[in-house]
Amino acid sequence: MSRLPTWAWAAMVLIGLLLFNLFLTPGFFHVEVRDGHLYGSLIDVLNRAVPVGLLSLGMTLVIATGGVDLSVGAIMAIAGTVAAELIARPTGTPFEGGKSAPGLAAPMALLTALGCGLFNGLLIATLNFQPIVATLLLMVAGRGVAQLLANGQIVTFSEPAFASLARGATFGLPNPVWMLLGAFVVFSLLTRATALGLFVEATGSNPVAARYVGIDARAVKIIAYALSGLCAGLAGLVIAADIQAADANNAGLYLELDAILAVSVGGTALAGGRFSLVGSMVGALLMQTLTTTILTRGVSPETTLVLKAAVVVVVCLLQAPSFREIFRRRVRA
Amino acid sequence: MTPILELSGIGKRFLSVTALDNVDFDLRAGEIHALMGENGAGKSTLIKTMTGVYPPDAGTIRMEGAAILPRSPDEAVRHGISTVYQEVNLVPNLSVMENLLLGRMPKGPFGIKWGAARERADRAIARLDLKVDVRAPLSSLSIAMQQMVAIVRALDVSAKVLILDEPTSSLDASEVDSLFAVIRRLRDEGLAIVFVTHFLDQVYAISDRITVLRNGLKVGTWTVAELPRLELVSQMIGRDASSLDRSALTVLSSAQGQPIIGAENLRRRNSVANLTFDIRPGEVLGLAGLLGSGRTETVRLLFGIDGPDSGTLSLDGRRISRLRPREAIRHGIGYLSEDRKREGLFPELSIRENMLVLHQVKHGWYRRVSKAQQKAMAKELAERLRVQPPDVERPIQYLSGGNQQKVLLARWLAVEPRLLLLDEPTRGIDVGAKFEIMSLVESLRQAGRSFVFVSSELPEVVRSSTKVVVMRDRKAVGTLEGDAISEERIVREIAAP
Amino acid sequence: MNRANLKEKLPILVTAGVLLVMTLAAGLHFPNFLTLRVLTNLLADNAFLGVVAVGLTFVILTGGIDLSVGSMVGLSSIMAAKLVSAAHWHPLLALAAPLLAGALLGAGQGYLVARFSLPPFLVTLAGLFLCRGLALRISQESVQIDHPFFNALTGWSVSLPGKASLSATSVTFLLVVAVGIWVARQTTFGRSIYAIGGNAASARLMGLKVSRTLIWTYVLSGFCAALGGALFTIYTSSGNAISGTGLELDAIAAVVIGGTLLSGGYGSVLGTMLGIGILGVVQTAITFQGTLSSWWTRIVIGALLLAFMLVQKVIETAARSTTAS
Repeated sequence: MSRLPTWAWAAMVLIGLLLFNLFLTPGFFHVEVRDGHLYGSLIDVLNRAVPVGLLSLGMTLVIATGGVDLSVGAIMAIAGTVAAELIARPTGTPFEGGKSAPGLAAPMALLTALGCGLFNGLLIATLNFQPIVATLLLMVAGRGVAQLLANGQIVTFSEPAFASLARGATFGLPNPVWMLLGAFVVFSLLTRATALGLFVEATGSNPVAARYVGIDARAVKIIAYALSGLCAGLAGLVIAADIQAADANNAGLYLELDAILAVSVGGTALAGGRFSLVGSMVGALLMQTLTTTILTRGVSPETTLVLKAAVVVVVCLLQAPSFREIFRRRVRA
Repeated sequence: MTPILELSGIGKRFLSVTALDNVDFDLRAGEIHALMGENGAGKSTLIKTMTGVYPPDAGTIRMEGAAILPRSPDEAVRHGISTVYQEVNLVPNLSVMENLLLGRMPKGPFGIKWGAARERADRAIARLDLKVDVRAPLSSLSIAMQQMVAIVRALDVSAKVLILDEPTSSLDASEVDSLFAVIRRLRDEGLAIVFVTHFLDQVYAISDRITVLRNGLKVGTWTVAELPRLELVSQMIGRDASSLDRSALTVLSSAQGQPIIGAENLRRRNSVANLTFDIRPGEVLGLAGLLGSGRTETVRLLFGIDGPDSGTLSLDGRRISRLRPREAIRHGIGYLSEDRKREGLFPELSIRENMLVLHQVKHGWYRRVSKAQQKAMAKELAERLRVQPPDVERPIQYLSGGNQQKVLLARWLAVEPRLLLLDEPTRGIDVGAKFEIMSLVESLRQAGRSFVFVSSELPEVVRSSTKVVVMRDRKAVGTLEGDAISEERIVREIAAP
Repeated sequence: MNRANLKEKLPILVTAGVLLVMTLAAGLHFPNFLTLRVLTNLLADNAFLGVVAVGLTFVILTGGIDLSVGSMVGLSSIMAAKLVSAAHWHPLLALAAPLLAGALLGAGQGYLVARFSLPPFLVTLAGLFLCRGLALRISQESVQIDHPFFNALTGWSVSLPGKASLSATSVTFLLVVAVGIWVARQTTFGRSIYAIGGNAASARLMGLKVSRTLIWTYVLSGFCAALGGALFTIYTSSGNAISGTGLELDAIAAVVIGGTLLSGGYGSVLGTMLGIGILGVVQTAITFQGTLSSWWTRIVIGALLLAFMLVQKVIETAARSTTAS
């Protein structure tokens, strides 16, 4: 019996949406080359899907272990703030007065994000906190910490090298798209070319059994949350580089929910176990295509929220066995 | 005598699997009716159609002559059909009183009347002569006591039909006796009782009639006198009973060599004490004793799940303070848990992954075993253990209990442990799989592997062990070796004052 | 005390102890802190959050979560304001209409959770998006309310000694808490919620109406969130679509600090009220301090959450070792 991949539904919705645009949104598929860069709605979708895409890579592993990481939005804010301050050295903050260090900005921000992820992982793996609660901590306090670091300001900076992270392009495609692609390849290799993926799935599927076959579930979980933190850091950098500022209050706000949504739409069960990185990518693209479609059709942006809600419900329903059962009965009858 | 509950032509399918096919079943007031069958025979499905969990696809259910179709356990209860399940289906965080009365609490103008509720709960508890503080949270009770509470609850709703689905599997002998006393009294009061169990002794101890199911079909219904034990077993497995006799294994001899694991006066507080034994290559150490005598606790110490408070453990002659599962595995010790679902299966992963996860762990996470190699290994193991279905990419959750157990056994065989701890390896699986698993154990033993074998079925222990440690009240109370191993000796040791 | 009751009773005792100590400490530090006036203000400032948290407590007791409550506050607030100012409804009707909307949304969410076993987390996430989206569609600007009856409602209060007074919103909060405690302890609905949180499959087999109870629980939560929004509207005399952003976090924090386990089955409405008290004291103390910036509130709440989680962990470990013996 050959089975469809779990993300088939999301892919079908995505294709449907693209077809809709093909016929009804003029110019949606138009791509042109300007100064060696590609431009067009499709490229824009890809580019804008990057932050959620990055988050959803780490989130996929976390969810597969049976957990969830609510703190990624806050970690984005922290990472962005750290990077911005290392460049701008604003007065009134702990970073005041030092020499501007753009070269250090990205590595330090990523290191901080990794630290946040490790903190989550340690709380969950060694103290056995429920993931929702443990990551709720940073979700609540993280933005406070970011604001503390920025002394409540929005830290702006101008640093072309750093900005090119988000605004530059390589071989025609925007740099963030390459980053996401790179991260996806790295994650795929990390999980499927090694046994990490299997161990993650085993841990999420049955933690006790995993322990009894000698899987170090603690290490697996710590790795998952650390990677999720790292992805959040990367996403935070992309956003900070894009707007050339760090906004502790709003950077990455609700993006953790978008990421969880992308993962779940992509067919990874929230209860843990089987995961699909491809599915999460499809999920992230689907969410962004939806948003862009709405914007290009001139519908008011807040409608995106309503539609997002509809997509969550529809995709959840399509994946729910009890819902499919109804259709099976109808078909038979 | 007209039946109080009558099922006729019951059919039920799950996707492509026929669970029940045209099954008839009748139950009379004042009888205890045993429902027997191997795993996958359709017992649980039949019960679930009576209790409204799965409405049947075909057939009719008549209660006192009137057709009913319970669509939920609640409806079944209202028709007078109450059920006590194998796993205690109560709510751990609420008090005993609430567990008894939930859904039918006495109420006044200001909501629940707790005083009246307590009186009712006390009265209900007194009916079974139990001594429990009804205000205590259920989670503070032993499993056996929780089971009793479940029965009290089922009785409290004026039930006409009581279904007991393996109610004795977590009870010790004296608790079984007191439960049976209650069941008999209820029968004499005119209750109709369906009794499901894997223990043949209990069937003959208490039943009036026996219905046997096999592969979703009804084989027949007999009175107990009409159906001797051997006949019952052959009806259940659909084979000639005489073939079972050949399952008796060759006489076992004691093994030589340095002990793989040794225990000296090992003790864990509130768990198990007085463990002194060693296990050598080619030995099967049987742990015999009643449920709750400390058998599982002993195995957990040997695999390093729990640590001892005092005494010494030695591995290959080296003394160690305690083990962890990962070290135990590294030393070639394996553990097949009694609780498949909770401690063994990765339900949504494939047969292949379930089989080879351990192999992969031994390989290290960064050196992945190639998929082709995994498939080849899994296929070979599946064939060797006759796993059904043979498609190793199927998720393990869709397999029958016996086949799941085979996969879990294969998981250990894949890493060739020197010592495998088997905790009730044949519990809750069908007779065929049981036989296959025990033959495999014996052939591996002859190849020099060692086992610790825990089983509630004494004949199995006697047949398979080279050495038996008898346990009573969480203590090892004696060791039998060689010719001294017999059911009679073990029972005498267990019962010794 | 029965030692097995430890897991049930100790968290709330710890919460009460911490609230007491913090209040006294703040009182020692800031001379004006321990006045009835400050305390009633604290109540008034947090009444809407408290009402939301009481509703959320029930959902969490079932082992679920409701992320939509913050957005529901926003939707309720802008809906009420718009109905009064643009549609010229009577304020009472305008405040009641969102309650119906909240209950309906809750019913929808509950239906999806109960009927199709969808994860509450995702379903209410959809609710969060839906409410915020609808709220923003109604109006993206803040809407002032100026209506004699409404002003009377805002101004209404029960006078207490020491220039203190209980506002209408505070009174509503206290009523909601009282009703909440009664529902949780004295009704079959309330006990069923605890049973579902303890073991939903068992509860179903015991003949409880699990689906119906779940749906009503989410209705209750949606209703309470909308009521919280109505209180917020009265409190600020205006409606704003983005009010209540992130409020779900504060509410969850209050519930957890109040000793309710996110895994369901253990906890209480009274605990949640104490949790609200702790959040309120932290906020008020930081305001009193004057030099500390507002973001410290978040950090302190985070630290408190961590502390309470550690305490619960210790209690759980202790409870396990006592039942084992």
